Amino acid sequence: MNTESKTQTRRLRFPNLDLTLVVGISLLLTVLLFGLIGPSFFDPKTTNVGAFPPRLPPSNDHWLGTDSQGRDVMAALTYATPQTLKIGVLAGIIGLGIGVILGLVSGYFSGIVDTVIRTTTDVLNTIPGIALLVVIATMMRMMSVELMAMIIAALAWRYPARAVRAQTLTLRERAYVQVARLNGMGGLEIIVKEVLPNLLPYIAGSFVATVSQATLSSIGLEALGLGPQNTLTLGMMIYWAQYYSAILRNMWWWWAPPIVVIVLIFVGLFFVSSGLDQMVNTRLRRTE
Amino acid sequence: MSDAILQVKDLRVYYHTGSGCVRAVEGVSFNLTKGKRLGLVGESGSGKSTTALALMRLLNPPGRIEGGQILLGAVDLTKLSDEEMRQVRFSQVSMIPQGAMNSLNPVMRIREQFVDTMEAHDQRLAKKEADAKVHDLLGQVGLRREVARMYPHELSGGMKQRVCVALSITLRPKLIIADEPTSALDVVVQRQVMETLGQVQAVLGAAVILVGHDMGLMAQFVDRLGVMYAGRMVEVGPVEDIFREPLHPYSQMLIESLPSLEGKHQFKGIPGVSPSLLNPPPGCAFHPRCRMAVARCSSEMPPLQEIQPGHWTSCHLVEVRT
Amino acid sequence: MPLDYVVKRFGLLVLTIILGVTINFMIPRLIPGDPVEQKLNQMFATSGGQMGDLTAMIESYRARFGLDQPLWNQYLNYWWSLLHLDLGYSLDRFPEKVSDSISSALPWTLGLVGISTLISFTIGTVLGGMLAWPRVPRLVRGLIPLLMILSAIPYFLLGLILVFVFAIVLKLFPAGGGYPYGGTLQFDLPTLSGILQHAFLPAASIILAGIGAWALSMRGMIVSILGEDYIILAEAKGLKQHRIFIWYAMRNALLPQITTLGLTMSHVVAGAILVEVIFAYPGIGYKLFQAIGAKDYFVIQGIVLMMIVAIAVILFILDLIYPLIDPRIAYERR
Repeated sequence: MNTESKTQTRRLRFPNLDLTLVVGISLLLTVLLFGLIGPSFFDPKTTNVGAFPPRLPPSNDHWLGTDSQGRDVMAALTYATPQTLKIGVLAGIIGLGIGVILGLVSGYFSGIVDTVIRTTTDVLNTIPGIALLVVIATMMRMMSVELMAMIIAALAWRYPARAVRAQTLTLRERAYVQVARLNGMGGLEIIVKEVLPNLLPYIAGSFVATVSQATLSSIGLEALGLGPQNTLTLGMMIYWAQYYSAILRNMWWWWAPPIVVIVLIFVGLFFVSSGLDQMVNTRLRRTE
Repeated sequence: MSDAILQVKDLRVYYHTGSGCVRAVEGVSFNLTKGKRLGLVGESGSGKSTTALALMRLLNPPGRIEGGQILLGAVDLTKLSDEEMRQVRFSQVSMIPQGAMNSLNPVMRIREQFVDTMEAHDQRLAKKEADAKVHDLLGQVGLRREVARMYPHELSGGMKQRVCVALSITLRPKLIIADEPTSALDVVVQRQVMETLGQVQAVLGAAVILVGHDMGLMAQFVDRLGVMYAGRMVEVGPVEDIFREPLHPYSQMLIESLPSLEGKHQFKGIPGVSPSLLNPPPGCAFHPRCRMAVARCSSEMPPLQEIQPGHWTSCHLVEVRT
Repeated sequence: MPLDYVVKRFGLLVLTIILGVTINFMIPRLIPGDPVEQKLNQMFATSGGQMGDLTAMIESYRARFGLDQPLWNQYLNYWWSLLHLDLGYSLDRFPEKVSDSISSALPWTLGLVGISTLISFTIGTVLGGMLAWPRVPRLVRGLIPLLMILSAIPYFLLGLILVFVFAIVLKLFPAGGGYPYGGTLQFDLPTLSGILQHAFLPAASIILAGIGAWALSMRGMIVSILGEDYIILAEAKGLKQHRIFIWYAMRNALLPQITTLGLTMSHVVAGAILVEVIFAYPGIGYKLFQAIGAKDYFVIQGIVLMMIVAIAVILFILDLIYPLIDPRIAYERR
């Protein structure tokens, strides 16, 4: 009997690794490697305006040619990728942090605190993020990668706050929380010791979704011309390509590669979030 | 035997999962006479619900009827095509499901849920006639005609279950399978629903199979009782006989564990855990927990034998009485 | 429909609008060195102090919203103007008023985004339903990974790809604009066909980008519904497969699907707006883009405000429709 149950638990630990999750993580890792290691292959000066003759098609010297401002596109791509990732992840972390705290507090302590936080979140959720971001970004005199991340984070917390709150409400009624309360554990202690650990899969899921959101917002803002003018990000590459009519001039080597990298990022994030969903669901099915 | 409307012979249902073959029902046989009530009792995982679903061929993959026969009258249900089986459902054999809370379509009025049953079996009635029929059916289970216009969430648990009872008799079936119809209800409502079921069954002259784990309920309601364990039928016979003299060790322990109103005894559970259906123990499935097991029990599977007329059990230690 | 439900939803609508207006009002004032004032000063300076109407406008702006006014007064004045539908003047195309600027672009957006979103939602939902059908052939099931990828691509990037493929390479459709260049807008067939031609690619971007998401979410919901108890009873009742699938499964999946439509409304609008930018389609999105380039703050604020109000109103209407589809909602107050 005992040996039977042991093999059972060992088998249970790994069948959860959904194929989608694996594919998603691989895609993201690929982009990450490209963005982190790629730049070391290229001299940063090749990404400056006027470094080379403009509008050159791909060749052995320039794998992806040059753009209308004389940058080596391949080099630019490797330097732009980590910048875009930086904005997304930074905004994602800050947004998640705020969102988790608000969600936990709102979900655990009901009453006025909950009503205020919940109504604010609900109302803010209906306001299109892009709209407010545009207003804020337009009025900034200078835009930088860090500033963009902060602005996006200012709205990015909405989704995790709502998701975490919903989960906290469910977890709050679980037996082990009731027991902790009966044992005299204070609210804050319960949140940190009992609720939070069980929220981790949902927080992971929310994180992926938030990063995805944030990256989308950043690229959107950049495409509208509100991005950091002096830094290259993937969105800015597309903006410049649009600005210089790269599509009409048939300069596919300029506008297509950033799109490919962006699509890889989003598809990767999507697969990861989908895979995480599956994992959380199978876990739920087994515990209940 | 000639007026047995249902004969189940050596029914086997296996679930072919990634981890192996789960033998949910392993050679179950029983008969049911017209108008009589059979109870199928057992703990969780004994295979009673699976048997009920199998009778209506409602098993979803990876579950499958692996062998055996289900004879409804002269027709073997296991051999019917999907379309033929569809026509049998509810018109010959109907079901009262376990979770009435969720068994009614939330976005359809009660009336529609009766009408679509009828229409699926080619009974197209004019609006007035259909209404009359629905009101009549609702009346038979003690519900007002206004219920027809309502949505499921407007009804209480007991009302919903009674709607399910009414649904089950819509097409006047010969057999009604009630799968733990009252387990989600409180005792008072439980009694009402069971009484209602009894009444409609008597009016219809249909046979009933009641699946459950509540021995007390069984004692009050059924004529014959089938005790299931680990997918097998370990004892089947008239309910009074089984209560008075349970032949199989498992049935004995089940009845001993029932709290009695006379005098205070210590609660006796049944020690051990239910066996894995993936790797069932060899021989008699109950032998690891049986207090009377001998060597033979762990190697040879005991056959189901008729010990007394109408009373069968599968245990090596019980002798046929002449 | 119970009154308190309507009142509660309406209250939410009002709250949203108030919050939107307040944020819109506060932002320029929170950023160091009030940019609006700065822009106005700059315009005044470059015109050499002689711009007649412009001077009058700046004066009146200062009088109502100037920094020497207490904040409360400015706020109240702001509301006063809004309620009079006075969104100010376009700084870029003075003396055009913001409200005129917006109303000339709005019909284009309503047509494009409204119709495309509806088509996308409908086709996606039906497609999702078909993908969830238990007897679906293997080949069709192969669509799922493709749809997953499609749903992950941002709208406007898909637009870029479509422009390249269909407008530049294949030259099947015009690359931009809302109507044929140099043409005038009349109600005749050539103009209408020209408009449709120009709308095709932007519409296609929105539709294709959205289909994946709708199909996947509908499929997911139906798959989980198929495990519900009422499906089992429906089968037990001997109902035909297609009846169960449409009236028991899809009908129940439609409700959360429409809720999702409401929740993602703001994303849909945002994405569609960016599509307009790619295609230089003369709608609100493109107007916004031009205003950003010209730092035309009043137009930007006006458009953003209008977007907030529009979405809030759409959600309110959806909230009113919802009880009609889901009988459980109307009786929530029991």
